[in-house]
Amino acid sequence: MRADRFYDPRETLDHDALRSLQLERLRWSIAQAARSPHYARAFADRGLSADSIRTLDDLRRFPLTSKQDLRDSYPFGFLAAPREAVVRMHHSSGTTGMAVAVFHTQHDVDVWAQLVARSLYMVGLRRGDVFQNMMSYGLFTGGLGLHYGAERIGALVIPSGAGNSRRQIELMRIFRTTALHIIPSYAMALLGTFDEMGLDPRAELSLRFAVAGAEPYTEGVRKRLEETWGADFYNCYGLSEMQGPGVAFECPEKNGLHLWEDAYLAEVIDPETGEPREEGEEGELVLTTLAREAMPLIRYRTRDLTSLLPGPCPCGRTHRRIARIQGRTDDMFIVKGVNIFPLQIEQVLMSMPQVGSNYLIVIDRDGYADRLTVRVELTANAFLGSIEQVNALRATIAERLRQEILVRPRVELVEPGTLPQSEGKAMRVIDTRKDEPGP
Amino acid sequence: MIEQLAIFSENKPGRLERITSALADAGVNIRAIQVASLGDMGVIKLVVDRPDDAYRALGAPAAIRKIPCVAVRVPDRPGALRDVAAVLSRAGVNIENASGFPTSGGEAVLILEVADVAAAEKILADAEFRVLDEADFEATVA
Repeated sequence: MRADRFYDPRETLDHDALRSLQLERLRWSIAQAARSPHYARAFADRGLSADSIRTLDDLRRFPLTSKQDLRDSYPFGFLAAPREAVVRMHHSSGTTGMAVAVFHTQHDVDVWAQLVARSLYMVGLRRGDVFQNMMSYGLFTGGLGLHYGAERIGALVIPSGAGNSRRQIELMRIFRTTALHIIPSYAMALLGTFDEMGLDPRAELSLRFAVAGAEPYTEGVRKRLEETWGADFYNCYGLSEMQGPGVAFECPEKNGLHLWEDAYLAEVIDPETGEPREEGEEGELVLTTLAREAMPLIRYRTRDLTSLLPGPCPCGRTHRRIARIQGRTDDMFIVKGVNIFPLQIEQVLMSMPQVGSNYLIVIDRDGYADRLTVRVELTANAFLGSIEQVNALRATIAERLRQEILVRPRVELVEPGTLPQSEGKAMRVIDTRKDEPGP
Repeated sequence: MIEQLAIFSENKPGRLERITSALADAGVNIRAIQVASLGDMGVIKLVVDRPDDAYRALGAPAAIRKIPCVAVRVPDRPGALRDVAAVLSRAGVNIENASGFPTSGGEAVLILEVADVAAAEKILADAEFRVLDEADFEATVA
């Protein structure tokens, strides 16, 4: 039984064994990191080395690493392996000064595939499944990242990549795709294509589940996706600086994501002060790689907001869970002096069946005052025929949003299917204040 | 009883053109039109000769609703609407919305939105007004 439920015996290591494996690997990872120009300097300046690590808590003596550090050391400042040992690199979309390159040895690529295989097996992928990977292949890690893990399990992988909605649906139909990897906003967008083609995904596909990641989304969006697609949706977390997707992954309990603690060491900190947060308290996730050769990262600030969930998971895996990502520290915007995260707005909108799943947040200035506008589609079924009804709905949405974000936004209801759809990560926030001189 | 179509639309240039083009392409004839707008939003109400075809032509994903209405055929002369309104008001029926158009035979058709269409039709029929069903309406406007 046990062998069938778990892909990898490390998933169920007991607490002590897992912590001692982490300690051993942490010492190795610090030593490995010290081979890179950046960490060689950073550690030497502070008199730190692998010997500074006696317990896992000693990691807190080490400095945090930021994305800006990666940018400043572009392209090779964090490379800890000889160039000829590097077999793959991924790269951010930023221009020089903003760009980040991430390197992998063959060992790194293998560990990554193993973590992904473990994750996909956990949600039910098996030999014989057809896994359609609707993520962009190339410099972005979403495509290749899950590809090798699914192949390792022995599933048939369709590397369909991003976009081309009608072909995606045709492939799903003809080859009886049983599992998907997809960006959640694209999963929403595809529903429009199903409509155009006159197909019902619940009736005419063989889909059992989808893995949705690469952008944060709310539980409300998951519920809508599961209802409309008629399949389970599992949350997948990763970032290219660590490897890509498969750093943490939801199990069938759908209550938090198991962070693979044999490969990553997690901390949650107060993003302002850097002080550690208690279990269950939200803060910024900070990760240390434990198994990467080419580019070990020590105490890397992910800018993702989450919390470590207390208690064991009924699924039997011992790796601690993180909560669904609540947003990113750099997604936050400030309107009239109030901090707002886009996912707070999404959460309110998804609780209202009268509005669609696509939305846009626009921030501009009205004279010297900030102005926040939320644009959302009225669903076809919610329209009862009068302007008064639509206007009352608009007022209700504005009031619910005010209760959540403490600012009353302007709400614009638009016709179904008219907000721009994206095939990649959705653009949800347009802030034009930066383009104008401030007050 | 006849059905009027209500269509939710942003109040933007080109929206009415898009809707009426779809109807023209489907060969649907518009008998009466009303536009209610509130800032950036609007609702367009249409009485057409073939509501089911119109509904299909405007189709998904539009927000569109069929609204049951009372259609009454009256002489095209001053006071005709007053007579209808008087009967309904005596019976305590509120007219929520109304439109109308003359026919080619020197008569007019009034379209009335009320809360209880069947009740209003009975009141008008009892007062000897000519209440139109779908088939009568088609014949009148054909």
